[in-house]
Amino acid sequence: MSSTPIKQVTGKGVFVPGDDIDTDRIIPARFMKCITFDGLGEYLFYDVRKTESGEDKKHNLNDPRFAEASILLSGNNFGCGSSREHAPQSILRAGYKAVIAGSFAEIFFGNSTNLGVVCVIASDADRAILAAAIEANPELEITIDIEDHKIWYGDQSVVCEIKPGARDSLLSGNYDPLDELLVGADAVTQTAAALPYMQA
Amino acid sequence: MGKSLFEKVWDAHAVRQLANGQTQLLIGTHLIHEVTSPQAFGMLRDRGLKVQYPHRTFATVDHIVPTNEAVEPYSDPLAQGMIEELRKNCADNNVTFFDTNTGKQGVVHIVGPEQGITQPGTTIACGDSHTATHGAFGAIAFGIGTSQVRDVLATQTIALNKLKVRRINVNGTLPPGVYAKDVVLHIIRLLGTQGGTGYAYEYAGTTFDNFTMEERMTVCNMSIEGGARVGYVNPDVTTFEYLKGRPYSPKGDAWDAAVEQWKSFASDADCTFDDVVEIDAAQIQPTVTWGITPGQGVGIEENIPTVADAPTQSERDSVAEALEYMQFEGGSPIKGKKINVAFIGSCTNGRLSDFQEVAKYVQGHKVAPGVQAIVVPGSQVVAKIAEELGLDKIFIEAGFEWRAAGCSMCLAMNPDKLVGDQLCASSSNRNFKGRQGSPTGRTMLMSPLMVAAAAVTGEVSDAREVFGFAAVNS
Repeated sequence: MSSTPIKQVTGKGVFVPGDDIDTDRIIPARFMKCITFDGLGEYLFYDVRKTESGEDKKHNLNDPRFAEASILLSGNNFGCGSSREHAPQSILRAGYKAVIAGSFAEIFFGNSTNLGVVCVIASDADRAILAAAIEANPELEITIDIEDHKIWYGDQSVVCEIKPGARDSLLSGNYDPLDELLVGADAVTQTAAALPYMQA
Repeated sequence: MGKSLFEKVWDAHAVRQLANGQTQLLIGTHLIHEVTSPQAFGMLRDRGLKVQYPHRTFATVDHIVPTNEAVEPYSDPLAQGMIEELRKNCADNNVTFFDTNTGKQGVVHIVGPEQGITQPGTTIACGDSHTATHGAFGAIAFGIGTSQVRDVLATQTIALNKLKVRRINVNGTLPPGVYAKDVVLHIIRLLGTQGGTGYAYEYAGTTFDNFTMEERMTVCNMSIEGGARVGYVNPDVTTFEYLKGRPYSPKGDAWDAAVEQWKSFASDADCTFDDVVEIDAAQIQPTVTWGITPGQGVGIEENIPTVADAPTQSERDSVAEALEYMQFEGGSPIKGKKINVAFIGSCTNGRLSDFQEVAKYVQGHKVAPGVQAIVVPGSQVVAKIAEELGLDKIFIEAGFEWRAAGCSMCLAMNPDKLVGDQLCASSSNRNFKGRQGSPTGRTMLMSPLMVAAAAVTGEVSDAREVFGFAAVNS
């Protein structure tokens, strides 16, 4: 579906430290016993935030200073593991619009982009600067400028990267590819006709 | 210049280029299960779309099925709701469903190959990251998200960027007691959990040439744990022999034509790769993970690394986090860690040969007191053949529980879960925090025989010593 182009994302940030934050951590499998994505926001990072008895752990995600955050800042290989779209769905439904990480696992990155959740890459050093800036001032406004490959924090900025294809999709508002795929139906029929195993 | 299998299969399935530069790729075979498909069917209904190629989608139920209660309704109403939703979606859309009453149900990545649905030179997608398993047949197979499941249902295509190809050559003979599982754990340890991002892994070399299809599947299965969305092995006579006579394999003249076509998809001898890695099979040891990513593994003779061993600050932080979670001391031997639970099963190691191999050795042994050991066949077909061979009795006699088919304790969406901070020796594929159902549960990944060795000794052990292998490395 063609949606509103996403050129920038602005909001407050929260730092979720660690490399290899996997999709089981983002949304534990026990919360996937559902047939819709409704309500998944409640379970985002559940075991990171809660003890086994359901009490809040000491974590930035529970800290009232970061309660209004809409941009997640994390480590390398964010979203590794399962292909569950429940992960970016829970991020989106918990009110986050973007993730800044050192790198992203591929399936997570694709799933997020399809939903318009912006995933950009920043260096270890720049993420450390952003984490420190957010810690020093949780009210700090952060703007990810996809067009200019920049992350603004206050009046300063660091550079960020995003895959060209994903960037184009976000900037044009065509990040959900279904309409474009549907248009190709005749070409699909032709491609399928050349493949014996596709025949009914 | 020749082409790799990846390029040939890609080219045969590329429909057209999309505005953002991605390819509209035909997905020949679509596999679905109960966890990641119901929302996609819902999106289809919302948009008034229908399943475009229903004969190319196949469904099974695996993640939520209990392995110790056969009769519905299941005690978990959420699980019951999910199986009913899948049943309804398949019936409404003319999709073949290998339901629990068909004798064919099981883990999606075990069902596809054993039914002959998984074939060389095809593209296969499933809303499950372990879909690369099917690459063992020379297919390009990968996990997709639910919105893409919707895209495949509605158009039989997805939008995708072309991958680079890294060839991983493993040459030589594996030492006795070293298995395909050790090969893949070794590869991930070597190349890292994100080393494969942006790549398809082509596994080759004499070790893979000599592997059975089940061994190839075990390696391809865990490609994603090394960051590679796709992993494959070129099809050869082993592949064709496996597929011959399977329910969905081509028959008669069509079989001969298919084999000729399948052969043509294999990577050309003169093709180039974006990267090549060489591994000596003789150097691979029985490998066990000590941490919270599949890359955090060591050989059974080695010690767990210390924080100081790690070269960078972020790696030191990762080691420290893993040691704290696992309650292990850096520098201590991996051998001897006391376990509470042993799990043999999953899409990585839940095939007939896995159970045959373990059954050969556990006869005459008993699961250690205080250890719960469960064996979960990957499909009803596997379970039936294993039972005909009497493997179930061997396991039960040795003190293991013999269960019904499903994903079970690999991700614990059914009642099979760790409790508290139990430590589990597991033949599955992920040791993430909380993966096996308890937020503080701990997982150590290893081969099925190493799980059995841990089960009977009550601690992480060298299976070659426990089961009296003649040729333990000296």
